[in-house]
Amino acid sequence: MRIRLNLLIGGVICTVVIAAALLAPWLAPTDPVLDADLMNAELPPDAQFWFGTDAQGRDVLSRILYGARISLAVGIGSQVINTLIGLALGISAGYFGGWWDDFVTGLTNLMLAIPSLIFALAIMAILGPGLVSLLIALGLTNWSWTCRIARSSALSLKKQGYVQAAKTLGYGDIRIMITQILPNMIGPILVIGTLGMGDAILAEAALSYLGLGIKPPFPSWGNMLTDARELIVIAPWAAIFPGLAIFVTVLGLNLFGDGLRDWLDPHMRARQL
Amino acid sequence: MSDKNEPLVRVDSLSVHFPVRNGIFGRSKRTLRAVNNLSLTLNKGECLSIVGESGCGKSTLALSILGLQEPTTGEIYFEGRSITGKARPSRLERAGMAQMVFQDPYASLNPRQTIYTSLAAPLRLHGVSDRKEIAGRIENMMQLVGLKPEQAKRFPHEFSGGQRQRIGIARALILNPKVVVLDEPVSALDVSIRAQIINLLLELKEQLDLSYIMISHDLSVVEHMSDRVAVMYFGQIVETGSWDRVFAEPQHPYTRRLIGAILDPVTELTGQGPVDTREPPEPPPGYDYYPREFGKHDVYSLPPSSQLVALRDDHSVRLIARG
Repeated sequence: MRIRLNLLIGGVICTVVIAAALLAPWLAPTDPVLDADLMNAELPPDAQFWFGTDAQGRDVLSRILYGARISLAVGIGSQVINTLIGLALGISAGYFGGWWDDFVTGLTNLMLAIPSLIFALAIMAILGPGLVSLLIALGLTNWSWTCRIARSSALSLKKQGYVQAAKTLGYGDIRIMITQILPNMIGPILVIGTLGMGDAILAEAALSYLGLGIKPPFPSWGNMLTDARELIVIAPWAAIFPGLAIFVTVLGLNLFGDGLRDWLDPHMRARQL
Repeated sequence: MSDKNEPLVRVDSLSVHFPVRNGIFGRSKRTLRAVNNLSLTLNKGECLSIVGESGCGKSTLALSILGLQEPTTGEIYFEGRSITGKARPSRLERAGMAQMVFQDPYASLNPRQTIYTSLAAPLRLHGVSDRKEIAGRIENMMQLVGLKPEQAKRFPHEFSGGQRQRIGIARALILNPKVVVLDEPVSALDVSIRAQIINLLLELKEQLDLSYIMISHDLSVVEHMSDRVAVMYFGQIVETGSWDRVFAEPQHPYTRRLIGAILDPVTELTGQGPVDTREPPEPPPGYDYYPREFGKHDVYSLPPSSQLVALRDDHSVRLIARG
């Protein structure tokens, strides 16, 4: 029997990251902000500080656990916004066609032409740093791929017999889009959504690294990297562990998205039974 | 309630034209004339077959009758009531009039819904809220189309092509429509399954008092099912009449070619077809069938002006007045 390895590994990684984020107050050995102790600064990993300490003498492990909250909140929150925008625009454009389709396609191409990080940077500069600004900035700038996939799926799905049948059975357009078209594109949308979550976590790191994300001293994986930049030779652990956290989380999300797609596809499911 | 003489469906001078844009930035505009000034009627309890090659406009005609395609000009009446134009009924109202059985049983069922959901949703939409009543009607319908009621719990991919077509028929009938449009109902099925589905459709027609409009290019299927036939060519009816009359004495050269194309073991063995398809009969005096160059006619220009001329009873053929 073939076990869906990607779903399993991805699921375990995501569960661990979510658990770490939720249980951070209990898991973290020290407070991530207040327990600064310059006497313990730049200590390499040992039995007391598993991941070492940073320039202020704060425990890197504790800061990573608390940072997971920011990364997940940003990843999930912004992706929910992106997916809702992308689906609403994409499905309606593909289904109705006409001038609305032209408008949405134009808007999507415009969004794709502007690098989303630059766009997010501009929004952050207007809104100022903070979690809510991050959610808005990343949630408004990364829906183009979802929209494109939703549009092209809707375009092909609306010609399917069951959509025509739904029309003759008296279904309204909104009902058709929600009950007949949306469920049949959920696979690719979920994959794009989870991949986008990885992107959002990376974007958060980049924005925080540039000083526009989460304000220090509160930890996010991005601003931990910023702080560690100057110590990269003296105390590499301060940079390596947040970097690893980003890498593993994004990898886990990608594996999970892939596995989810296989699992949600009824044809694939039938083949494995 | 309706007038006795009023047919169930009456299509009156229907034309459906589509603007086609091509060239850079859609600069050159052409009009694709799918259906040209077409009239037909469907009487209660009748099976009318519309035959013709792909692209002759028969599917567009079907979509117009179902209300999925707004006509460019002309009207369609259902029991004397116009279903086109400004006063057209809503989708919900129209659902009880005509339903459709689709050609491809694989694409016509939502792969994410169980059969039960596919059948229960339209009932709920049309105000049937009692769970027991819904379950009862679905059970009844499953048995009518020759499936076991407990199979309704399954997903479409767990069924064979023939079973799926039965489900497609069940879905078309669940709202008790009066007219069912059959779009090549068996052409996607194995030859061994076709007869079963044809017989099922014929039984259901008697049992449920249905009227069929069948779209097909397969005359051997048409032969088994239809009372009347309308031969379509470039968006027009070129010959119409009761099936046995048209089959026995085809007039129009296009009809003759279609009938000549039926694969038949007798023809294959003896070289003697049911009709001689090479020589069309002399057209009635003063008329021509169509100009020689009509075979090169394209869908973007209007066909030459012509008229349906009655020959005998309801058998008529499209002719062009000479001179």
